[in-house]
Amino acid sequence: MSATVQADPATPAGSASGLMPRRPLGDRVFQLLALASGLLVLVILVLIAVTMSQQSTSWFTSEGWSGIFSLDWDPAHGKFGALAFVYGTVVMSLIAIILAFPVSVGVALLLTEVVPRRWAQPIVYVIDLLAVVPSVVWGLWGILVLVPWLQTAIYPHVASAVNDIWILGNLFGPLNGNYVSGASFFTAGLVLAVMIIPIMTSLSREVIATVPASDKEGAYALGATRWEMIRGAVWPHSQVGVMGATLLGLGRAMGETIAVALVCGASATVTSHLLTPGYAMPAVIALQFGEATVGVFRAALIGMGVLLFLLTIIVNLSARAVVERNARRMRGAA
Amino acid sequence: MEQPEPDVVEQTVSTNLPRLETRVQSPATMPGTTIFDVRNVSIWYGSFKAVTDVSLPIYENEVTAFIGSSGSGKSTVLRALNRMNDLVPGARVDGEMTYRGADLYGKGVSATAVRRRIGMVFQKPNPFPKSIYDNVAYGPRINGERNKARLDEIVERSLRGAALWDEVKNRLKQSGLALSGGQAQRLCIARTIAVEPDVVLMDEPASALDPIATLAIEDLIRELKQNYTIVIVTHNMQQATRVSDRTAFFSVLTDSKSDTRTGILVEHGPTQQIFEDPRDNRTQAYVTGRIG
Amino acid sequence: MAAVTTAPGGVDLREPSGWRRAKSQFATGAMWFAFVCLLVPLGFVLVTVIAKGASIINWRFLTAGIPPNVLPANFGGMGPAVLGTLEITAFAAVIAIPLGILGAVYLNEYGGNRPLARLLSFLSDVMTGVPSIVMGLFIYTIWVIPNGLTGLSGMAGSFALACLMLPIVIRSSYEMLRLVPDSLRQGSYALGATKARVVLTVVLPSAIGGIVSGALLAVARAAGETAPLLFTIGVVTANNPNLFSGSNTALSAQIWLNASQPYVGAQARAWGSALTLIAITFILMIVARLVTARFNRYSR
Repeated sequence: MSATVQADPATPAGSASGLMPRRPLGDRVFQLLALASGLLVLVILVLIAVTMSQQSTSWFTSEGWSGIFSLDWDPAHGKFGALAFVYGTVVMSLIAIILAFPVSVGVALLLTEVVPRRWAQPIVYVIDLLAVVPSVVWGLWGILVLVPWLQTAIYPHVASAVNDIWILGNLFGPLNGNYVSGASFFTAGLVLAVMIIPIMTSLSREVIATVPASDKEGAYALGATRWEMIRGAVWPHSQVGVMGATLLGLGRAMGETIAVALVCGASATVTSHLLTPGYAMPAVIALQFGEATVGVFRAALIGMGVLLFLLTIIVNLSARAVVERNARRMRGAA
Repeated sequence: MEQPEPDVVEQTVSTNLPRLETRVQSPATMPGTTIFDVRNVSIWYGSFKAVTDVSLPIYENEVTAFIGSSGSGKSTVLRALNRMNDLVPGARVDGEMTYRGADLYGKGVSATAVRRRIGMVFQKPNPFPKSIYDNVAYGPRINGERNKARLDEIVERSLRGAALWDEVKNRLKQSGLALSGGQAQRLCIARTIAVEPDVVLMDEPASALDPIATLAIEDLIRELKQNYTIVIVTHNMQQATRVSDRTAFFSVLTDSKSDTRTGILVEHGPTQQIFEDPRDNRTQAYVTGRIG
Repeated sequence: MAAVTTAPGGVDLREPSGWRRAKSQFATGAMWFAFVCLLVPLGFVLVTVIAKGASIINWRFLTAGIPPNVLPANFGGMGPAVLGTLEITAFAAVIAIPLGILGAVYLNEYGGNRPLARLLSFLSDVMTGVPSIVMGLFIYTIWVIPNGLTGLSGMAGSFALACLMLPIVIRSSYEMLRLVPDSLRQGSYALGATKARVVLTVVLPSAIGGIVSGALLAVARAAGETAPLLFTIGVVTANNPNLFSGSNTALSAQIWLNASQPYVGAQARAWGSALTLIAITFILMIVARLVTARFNRYSR
């Protein structure tokens, strides 16, 4: 009923009173602080989208939609078509996931199916080690060690070997004459692959670990070999989740800047020949920002930043959608 | 009113267990102050009615036991007494529940202040991952006590009151998680009485413990009632007869038409009366072991 | 290799046919080969960095000023860059870690299943996928452009790194808070604690080991980042201990600058910086593991 507090004569003075509220100010303040911190994420994301789009409007207005995605990138003459960079980003990232996929799935299967518990820990440490190498170090090693080695010892042989084979020639053959470059689409894709392997491996491992043990035991109980068990019990359950992990890897590869900038060759061309220099969105932003102090040039680079932002968000959302759908299916099936 | 002769029945159990005294508590002479007055209380969790129309008094310096089968709402009513149900989204209390005359659920009443007067010990011991000392000092500290000497004194008094002091006095800095089940539960009791509450609620405090630890807790309860009012939920009828002065028997009411179950209070009274001469058939059936 | 055991009833207990077994063994071999493919670049890069960087690292290298690129390896060092990395990363941590932990507290302790909390949790996942260069461009857009050249400072770099770290700290702290058993919260409430008290005196201390370790890993990640700094600190070679005004530098930024230099001295300094940077990140990673191990021991 009501809140009146009657002092009961039998009770010691003061013990019945004091049920009145004293919602301390500190409690309220703390809750508001926590809420504000949580909201920060929303605020930052919105600000990124809004402010960066604002800064890049002059790019849109001067080029128009067709201009933005044209092949004509010539800042000296006021031409800012970004197609070459979009192309490069896509191609290098695809190379990265094609190369990283078998390695990460293989290692994930190794950890879950092959290696006994005790030995799994050291292998996980190695993967963590790989993950913690900063991208600029990959870039440094890439440009000073990998690129010269590929250029002298590997690529020329590959190029001449496949030059006359139909598709391979177009992919791995030289572009003009005998020219192949260590700094190229493929090298960037290779370095990207190494960088995204850790995250793809740990995600794939999580996915594969959710396969119910009963399914695996069922396969073994039917006399299956390990490989047959993996094909029959593990893979059907986890293929969708592994696809999700791959998409996340794709997102990472698309956004990676420094290592790519150092080994891509910095040439805004669209070509199928992967052993020739190329370019990518984050790379051009990093490499040319110094010269783009004002005007449409800077707007173009920031605009590409916005494109990159949207692109990676879309890829990440798709990855999460795929993984969510799979998880829901698994929960229903379990 | 005529005082019935107290019945004392002693049995010696010839095992390694300490002598077990099974003694039905003599009924309280005149019930003292009414601490809680529960009137027509129904408690809802969202659209589920957990208990219906419960009315009973709780008296000062007595041990009141809630017994009954599972799902009969004993814990729900217990948790309503210190507003722990507030933590469950969608919980609602209808009816009147007063503590020393004040409406527990009145407008403007602070649940935090309620809980500082009405403490709770849980079924599974839940010591904080802090030292034994810090576990007991936690309550006084959040109430503002900073003086080290006073805290030391409070910690020792509480641990003595929980019959744990001798066992831990030399290792107060050790983690509370390192204690055995029975010790951990006594630590939780020490922690609860460190804030000098008025009432201690206990939700099946010994059900997770081994028999020897259980007896230690029961001894403790009998001692504690001198200074506190105790309400204990237990599914162990022998325990109820051993420790409580008053007993309330809950049961489940099934509505066959709508296939809903809700908890109800069947009867309450002095423990001896409930167990030896219950008024209701259902009580009779439960305490003689035919159901529940 | 299969032991031929034919039981009396004629039951064939030999290994399955050679072909099936071979396929399975080949598959296992392929998995090990995948692991080798992972090890090779890791080993390659670590060996190279250590081989080329170790010889140049000494106390002078870590403290002396940055010389012109043309000078050979035994001149000058990377002192300003080391200082810059430490200062900029530390300030970013001071901003991002408390905010991240508070955000996780909101999501787990206050938000529950409410739509706003679910949205924020979702958005913080999305934010972990935003490329670091976008964070750098963002701070450039809202801080450097309005402030002009004076906006370029170590602090601006810290802001960009903090944006990067925030969702990582929120995620990992959230997972740790989820693991705290509810019985601890109930015990605290029952003693008359307010919600803020429950969180500050019981929940956070219980989860602190995992939270700290997650935060350290976020710091390690931030220390190695380059792109966010390129647009915000105005990479210079002069020493600038003042985080809040004037352009600054960091190890990652210097490696970036020196990597494309033709001079051997500059390249050698780049290798030395790379080794220093890797050492810093490794130390942070190891401390994070130690913290996890120690608090796991203490809490059970």
